[in-house]
Amino acid sequence: MTQPFYVSPEQLMKDRADFARKGIARGRSVVVISCREGIALVAENPSPSLHKIGEIYDRIAFAAVGKYNEFESLRQAGVRYADVRGYSYDREDVTGRGLASVYAQSLGAVFTAEQKPFEVELTVAEVGDDVEHDHLFRLTFDGSIADERRFVVMGGAAERVAEAVIDGWSTEASFGEAIRLAARALREDRTEPISLEVAVLDRDAETARGLRRAFRRITADELVTLMDGTD
Amino acid sequence: MNDFLAERIVAAASSSFTEHLAAARPDLLPFNRSLPANASTATPHATTIVAMSFAGGVIMAGDRRATMGNVIASRHIEKVFPADRYSVLGIAGSAGIAIDVARLFQVELEHYEKIEGMLLSLEGKATRLGAMIRGNLPLALQGLAVVPLFAGFDLESGVGRLFSYDVTGGRYEELEHHSVGSGSVFARGALKKLWRPGLAEADAVRTVVEALYDAADDDSATGGPDPIRQLWPVVYTVTRAGARRVPEHELASVAGELIAARSTAGREA
Repeated sequence: MTQPFYVSPEQLMKDRADFARKGIARGRSVVVISCREGIALVAENPSPSLHKIGEIYDRIAFAAVGKYNEFESLRQAGVRYADVRGYSYDREDVTGRGLASVYAQSLGAVFTAEQKPFEVELTVAEVGDDVEHDHLFRLTFDGSIADERRFVVMGGAAERVAEAVIDGWSTEASFGEAIRLAARALREDRTEPISLEVAVLDRDAETARGLRRAFRRITADELVTLMDGTD
Repeated sequence: MNDFLAERIVAAASSSFTEHLAAARPDLLPFNRSLPANASTATPHATTIVAMSFAGGVIMAGDRRATMGNVIASRHIEKVFPADRYSVLGIAGSAGIAIDVARLFQVELEHYEKIEGMLLSLEGKATRLGAMIRGNLPLALQGLAVVPLFAGFDLESGVGRLFSYDVTGGRYEELEHHSVGSGSVFARGALKKLWRPGLAEADAVRTVVEALYDAADDDSATGGPDPIRQLWPVVYTVTRAGARRVPEHELASVAGELIAARSTAGREA
């Protein structure tokens, strides 16, 4: 009778983590950046319809890198979680922290229990009354959760892009400035033109425009004007 | 086995919030309850809703009264709700269930938009509302009926449209104007005389307020404009620019003029 090969738990976890990291490293980067007007989410995405950035709830958005089918199922699960919670309690009771911890639990469970871990990295962004009260939760494939300040960069070239963002970051930046900064960072040492997917969480959506939902996609035309602009 | 798994995943991939609740949390649905017969006398009822088309869109208004038998249960209740950016719904009938149905419908539309990344068509919205009303049929047969009126701007054809429903979820498109609730007979009579094709928005506001005034005049369960408490009907207009709640001060002056005109006439209405 043959014995099954013994694999130490350390080795098993390491193999899984390496596998997930490799998958994520292939992906194009996403920048989530907190600024005066709110939170800007900028992704390099060649497809205009397969989104990497999505709306979850009134003041909460989602950004991801990795395998589309895996993060899309997580996004939809997040929308369901938030809507059920908001419907059964109140809209105010849906928080980014609650959502991030549910994501952390499910990513952690998949990492240890399933055949293969999710090859994704997520950011749950919640816009507050000012930059100090913005929340950016970064979640990795193994269920680790980090509460980031100022900005988050995920994806293949994350370190290089983050270096480019950190130099130009300011609390006082407008959406235009923040988006141009993110775009510059994503474009650095790239020769070919890249297409961007951009959305914002508007800090003053409710007070200034009477909209409960702060999330807004920036259309291709708007993006062209933003990129040329100086505001 | 793989086929089975794939089928299960496809079956679970619903864009409908109501379907998700029915599968995951059926206890949260407004109509999934069993009640003793004749529970209806002990619960508040919401009354008259009127809606009509005008140049550029549709308008909907509801009075502010809820009754429980012969008692006025509330003078402040709101029965017209924005469903999403381009549609509104008004609900007559059992107030508690009606408000829950309206809330569920709002989440349903927003949920679809977030999952699919685009708005549901106006026809699609009207059909979803019909399905919800059908879900309430068992309670409707016990006296807790909910009868909505749905109005929205059809972005494809560029016109405002009205839909009425019966308790079995049957959906009927209405032309020009419609009303539901206990005072609807009187309101409809008024609308028949007051409605004109291509009314301007300000005239449309005056017309719906007057129709509700006539309904309140003859139906004890409908509340008229209340200058003592400064309570006016809830009025929403829906145009290409989206749904807009007509502000209180505008309604106060419209209702004030109406009461003054009728007092001056000094006739039996």
